[in-house]
Amino acid sequence: MSRSPAAAAAAAIDALTRSAGPAPSLLSVEGLSVAFAGDDGPVRVVEDLSFSVAPGETVAIVGESGSGKSVTSLSVMRLVDYAGGRIVGGRIRFTGRDGRERDLAAPSADSLTGMRGNDIAMVFQEPMTSLNPVFTIGDQIAEAVMLHQGLDRKAARAEALRMLEKVRIPEPARLLDRHPHQLSGGMRQRVMIAMALSCRPSLLIADEPTTALDVTIQAQILRLIRLLQDEMGMGVIFITHDMGVVAEVADRVVVMWRGKKVEEGPVEEIFRAPQHPYTKALLSAVPKLGALSGQDLPVRFPLLVVDDAKAGAAPPAPPVQDTVRGEAAPLLEVRDLTTRFDVRKGIFGSLKARVHAVEKVSFAVRPGETLALVGESGCGKSTTGRTIMGLQAATSGAIRFDGVDTTTLDSNGQAKLKEKIQYIFQDPFASLNPRMTVGFSIAEPMLVHDYAPAAAPGQSRRRAIEARVAELLTQVGLRPEHARRYPHEFSGGQRQRICIARALACDPKLIIADEAVAALDVSIQAQVVNLLMDLQAARGLSYLFISHDMAVVERVSHRVAVMYLGQIVEIGPRRAVFENPQHAYTRRLMAAVPVADPGRRTRDLRLLTGEIPSPIRALGDEPAVAPLVAVGPDHFVARHAIGGDF
Amino acid sequence: MTTTDATGVAAAHEDVRSPLREFWRKFRRNRTAMAAGLCLLLLAVAAVAAPWIAPYDPAAFDYDRILEGPSVDHWVGTDAYGRDILSRILWGARISLSVGLLSVLLGGVAGVALGLVAGFRGGWIDSLIMRICDVLLAFPGILLAIGIVAILGPGIDNVIYAVAIFSVPVFARLVRGSTLALKRAVYVDAARAIGVRDRLLMVRHILPGTLPSVIVYVSMRIGTSILTAASLSFIGLGAQPPSPEWGAMLADGRSYIGVASHVTFYPGLAIFLTVLAFNLLGDGLRDALDPKLR
Repeated sequence: MSRSPAAAAAAAIDALTRSAGPAPSLLSVEGLSVAFAGDDGPVRVVEDLSFSVAPGETVAIVGESGSGKSVTSLSVMRLVDYAGGRIVGGRIRFTGRDGRERDLAAPSADSLTGMRGNDIAMVFQEPMTSLNPVFTIGDQIAEAVMLHQGLDRKAARAEALRMLEKVRIPEPARLLDRHPHQLSGGMRQRVMIAMALSCRPSLLIADEPTTALDVTIQAQILRLIRLLQDEMGMGVIFITHDMGVVAEVADRVVVMWRGKKVEEGPVEEIFRAPQHPYTKALLSAVPKLGALSGQDLPVRFPLLVVDDAKAGAAPPAPPVQDTVRGEAAPLLEVRDLTTRFDVRKGIFGSLKARVHAVEKVSFAVRPGETLALVGESGCGKSTTGRTIMGLQAATSGAIRFDGVDTTTLDSNGQAKLKEKIQYIFQDPFASLNPRMTVGFSIAEPMLVHDYAPAAAPGQSRRRAIEARVAELLTQVGLRPEHARRYPHEFSGGQRQRICIARALACDPKLIIADEAVAALDVSIQAQVVNLLMDLQAARGLSYLFISHDMAVVERVSHRVAVMYLGQIVEIGPRRAVFENPQHAYTRRLMAAVPVADPGRRTRDLRLLTGEIPSPIRALGDEPAVAPLVAVGPDHFVARHAIGGDF
Repeated sequence: MTTTDATGVAAAHEDVRSPLREFWRKFRRNRTAMAAGLCLLLLAVAAVAAPWIAPYDPAAFDYDRILEGPSVDHWVGTDAYGRDILSRILWGARISLSVGLLSVLLGGVAGVALGLVAGFRGGWIDSLIMRICDVLLAFPGILLAIGIVAILGPGIDNVIYAVAIFSVPVFARLVRGSTLALKRAVYVDAARAIGVRDRLLMVRHILPGTLPSVIVYVSMRIGTSILTAASLSFIGLGAQPPSPEWGAMLADGRSYIGVASHVTFYPGLAIFLTVLAFNLLGDGLRDALDPKLR
């Protein structure tokens, strides 16, 4: 049916006035409360939450795990019913494409499935599990298109191709017939976004869409979402715990804490002048890249304490971490370390290729020093740590610890070595045996190594160990009576403290911290980082700090080594590497880190591309190893290309 | 959603939630399993106390009262020799329960040890143990037991060995499977990083993790073993008359099934209820011992 010119003009004027005046909200959540069934009756996970989203606006909902932010997004989609929750109060008013306003919180919200994926779309955190592994990418997008737009198979497939082009996937036609497992994480997330956008939703809910991705890939996805938002004019709810991402994408911010909204405002205001004590505390704990510019030594986080919404006193300026004993001989020396894994295929398990996880890596760690190994997934940083620890056999190279070549040691010597090198894993829950008390886990290294803690006169060995466990628990900020408890009774941060206590049991000299704070909420992460630095100052410990998080690395390390494709491409004092990065990859890594400062938001919306290359190589295809060239005092960089983009 | 919780701090005054307590807390809620467990407890007490509580001597003939139905004197009747069936069932419980328990424990211990070594060491030891298990598992269970008894000779002791041997491969497989999974657990790596040697690692960190599934399987397996032992006795390879073994009682009564069905009915009921109770207990244990320890 054709409309009269007058009607068209009226519609245009209407559209104009709408965009000029106070934007009518696309979504308006009023007094939303959601409850889940708990052991003792229903537990309110979200309480009396109100916020609104205008067309074309990005609202970030931030908060730590358990703050109710994901439940909020599930409620808007009404997927919360399937997750065991129930909306017990409030309204979710949504104006769909047809101009009708609906209450999505109403028990009998009409045509919900029609809205879901059509007017409102969602992108989840884990792109692997949200795609069906048995169907091709093309079929999955086409299915969504056919369902909502009523197109036939052929037209739907053409639309799928168009969507893949829209999310800037290289060679989209080839991708249509691939299965999800053949795609990298970043590509899968692009496919998820293509699927979500295929029906031109007016509201996109992105629930931690980049948390599982590497920083350079995260930067690509964030830019893509912003670009598509501009193109399609949709409203976006962005759920995240990462304040850097918030600063990068949000127009307005809703801060949630323990199920309630504690603060809401434009992004600049939230960052510049946070009002609520929780927001203040949260921002004080956020590592900001560039926070230590002009500073040679690491500095602890200046933490504010939040306790039941009362502001703690501003802490004194934290001391700098001047712990390196530069004159001493290196504690750990790694020379030309190479670790490769065999890839076997076929029924006879013949050797087909090798994973070149670590290639000719050399570095040294001095007593009292923190050396950070940074890089993205698959760069070999964890394998380096595991090889030093002896959890993984080295293919070649030498590791000298405290003047002893560890590769020549027999199994007894290897075991003895582990008394002085300790390892902290990323997931503290998984690294504690769930069937043992925390006290036993902490005491175990002492029992294994026959380590005798200083005993009071007349004290039995058993008593001495118990006393030592109590002392260690106190040192990491827990209570001695916690020794009798089991790991599942603690929170994530507490568990990591337990792991640190265990690592300290035998008075180690070196602790390898493998993404030790990556799984923790920001405020907990800052506390644990500070704890590690306190312990370093008190005991002169050395750390090999393995991390992907440049901002945390800037806080803790004295020196930094950047790894790419199994090799160190740049190594030097932290200040030199961060303020004067020499290698192209280091620069890209730094540029990709979202900075928790909306004033420094990237205006450049040009899309980034590129994948993290695979370290798998055919037999006999030896990788080129780039020699390191000095570019400053103690600052070395690889000058030759080694593969991938660099 | 993650399980970590920024605010949910474990309260210090709360009771320690040890794995054992957690198990008991969940198990107690399962009424069927609790009832089954209680029944088995009663049966065990009855079996132990049989000499004192059985109303008659299980081997005493009474030719005046053969094949009599249930009465006030003989609650569940008498058999072809006038023996009191209730007394024989009570005495038979001693045999059946001990055969079930002993054979499963023997087979379980051997199977767990083999599975643990196979899973942990891998390589040729693993291949060797698992191929032997495959061979043993290829026989239908009862046929294997018959074969073993045929070699060792009939008798209740040999039935125990036979049933034990055919329990070994299932336990070995079960434990090998969970060992393979647990071997890759981060806490095993963490223990290794502390410097724990392999043998201790196996016993202290991996074995306890496999035990929940082993315990569940033991309880189910006891039922099967009682059934196998009864079957062997039924065909005359197990307990020899006049021993009051349940399977042997069934065999004795089968000639009179037309005229005095109670002679076979009550021993059969005893077998049925016991095996059922062990299976229900096993189901309850499985639910309560969910390996996903929270």
